[in-house]
Amino acid sequence: MSVPLLRVADIHTYYGDSYVLQGVSLTLQKGQIAAILGRNGMGKTTLIRSVAGLTPPRAGEITYRDMSLRGKQPYAIAQAGISIVPQGRRIFRSLSVRENLLLPTSVLARSSKGRNGDEPGQRWDFDEVLKEFPQLAERINHLGGSLSGGEQQMLAIGRALMANPELILMDEPSEGLSPRLVLQVQAIMRRLRARGHAILLVEQNLELALSVADEVYVISAGQFVFQGAPAGLANAAQVLDQHLGVSGAKMV
Amino acid sequence: MHSGILQAINGVSFAALLFLLASGFTLSFGLMRVVNMAHGAYYLFGGYIGLTITRHTGSFALGVLGGGLAVIPLGYLIDRFLIRRTGENHLAQVLLTVGIAFVLGDVALKIWGGDSLKVPTPIELRGAIELPGGIIYPTYRFALIAFGVFVGLSLWLLYRKTQIGAVVRAGVDDREIVSAIGINIDRLFVLVSALASFLAGMAGVVGGAFLTLYPGAEWEILVYALVVVIFGGLGSLEGAMIGALIVGLLDAYGRWLLPEFSYFVLFGPMAILLLFRPRGIFGREG
Repeated sequence: MSVPLLRVADIHTYYGDSYVLQGVSLTLQKGQIAAILGRNGMGKTTLIRSVAGLTPPRAGEITYRDMSLRGKQPYAIAQAGISIVPQGRRIFRSLSVRENLLLPTSVLARSSKGRNGDEPGQRWDFDEVLKEFPQLAERINHLGGSLSGGEQQMLAIGRALMANPELILMDEPSEGLSPRLVLQVQAIMRRLRARGHAILLVEQNLELALSVADEVYVISAGQFVFQGAPAGLANAAQVLDQHLGVSGAKMV
Repeated sequence: MHSGILQAINGVSFAALLFLLASGFTLSFGLMRVVNMAHGAYYLFGGYIGLTITRHTGSFALGVLGGGLAVIPLGYLIDRFLIRRTGENHLAQVLLTVGIAFVLGDVALKIWGGDSLKVPTPIELRGAIELPGGIIYPTYRFALIAFGVFVGLSLWLLYRKTQIGAVVRAGVDDREIVSAIGINIDRLFVLVSALASFLAGMAGVVGGAFLTLYPGAEWEILVYALVVVIFGGLGSLEGAMIGALIVGLLDAYGRWLLPEFSYFVLFGPMAILLLFRPRGIFGREG
């Protein structure tokens, strides 16, 4: 097997004084989706933040391709090809949709052009993103803060794509969305995978996660308590019941 | 009647000066969350340096430019090596930068002495203009208004219409995500802080040409700039424009109509505004 796109090796991350991630390891291959499931406060978001460099781990190693992310600033990690769709979307409310989308391409971002040049299917630009999210094209001059939750989520994904990432970190993209929009998010994730993007997905929506993921991890109190194929989790009644609060019977 | 118009011009020209100082202060706060009380000292230092340059070269324009440019490295060093150590602790920032301002004030006293010095203005700006209706008013004040409008417009275009401006506005919204989408926010901080220093230094030269420069001038002007920023809303460029106009006009009319209450005319409305809009006119919900 080739070098994985992302390798997280035994990381320990603190959020303030609290010891959140207590030895977490995972690998993610190019063009694959790994889903992290778990209840609130178990360390899902902290895992995303650790990879993005926003809350660097105190111990352990994160490797992207063959580059160690230790000590790297968030902007350097982003420029290396990792984009984030943060929890709560966090789009820039006082910027227009257009400005939100163009920000990752500004001179100050210097996203290394041609980094993914070997993957023609992956290349995104302004027009390409608007084609993917036609609802954003209609509101291109509106302020980010005036968009609906669903539109904001599309904008957050579009903004991440503008940097042409190879790996996308998605933190609860379905949060607060209607079932119809959750289906749209699902379809987008599948298309992104088909275009060669890898996704590290944090979700509370079990069905969504199981439907798109190649590999599923369940996190509880800062450690993985399950790792395997989605089908395996659907059968792991005890994990579902104890760590996700879902009765196994419901899944069948 | 004539006096009323004169006071309006007084107020607007003072507003132009205040805007130069307050715009840098408010942008620094909006982006970097830094309360830099040394801004007044930057004003004074820029003013004195501009004065020296003007005296030696005979060019007021060079003095304005040089006064602004000279403060950039000073502001950079203070930012990089002192203010950054305070993190997000505003109380520490205020104490530190007030201390810095005292030190800079003493250094300026040692170099330029305690007399009140006036930056010499070019001959074309020394006279007065007669307005229709027989109002005579110093040319310099009109030039100052034009300069303030020019700088304000340039800043507004930079802030609202360029990509660098969009990055700064995004930084005001959410700094963490700006860095997470690949922007080196430290480099942005250096740019904005340099701009703020430049504006303050320039303000010192143009202000020094009619308010004169003297020990303590930095605190007097800083108080006005702070009121401007509080009126307009911390972090808002448009707020600094409107705030400067309000403060400039309140000050001018206050001195004219209620000279014994001129400070009250300034701070009274500010207190009332804060009761209803604690974040100022353009301030946003945190």
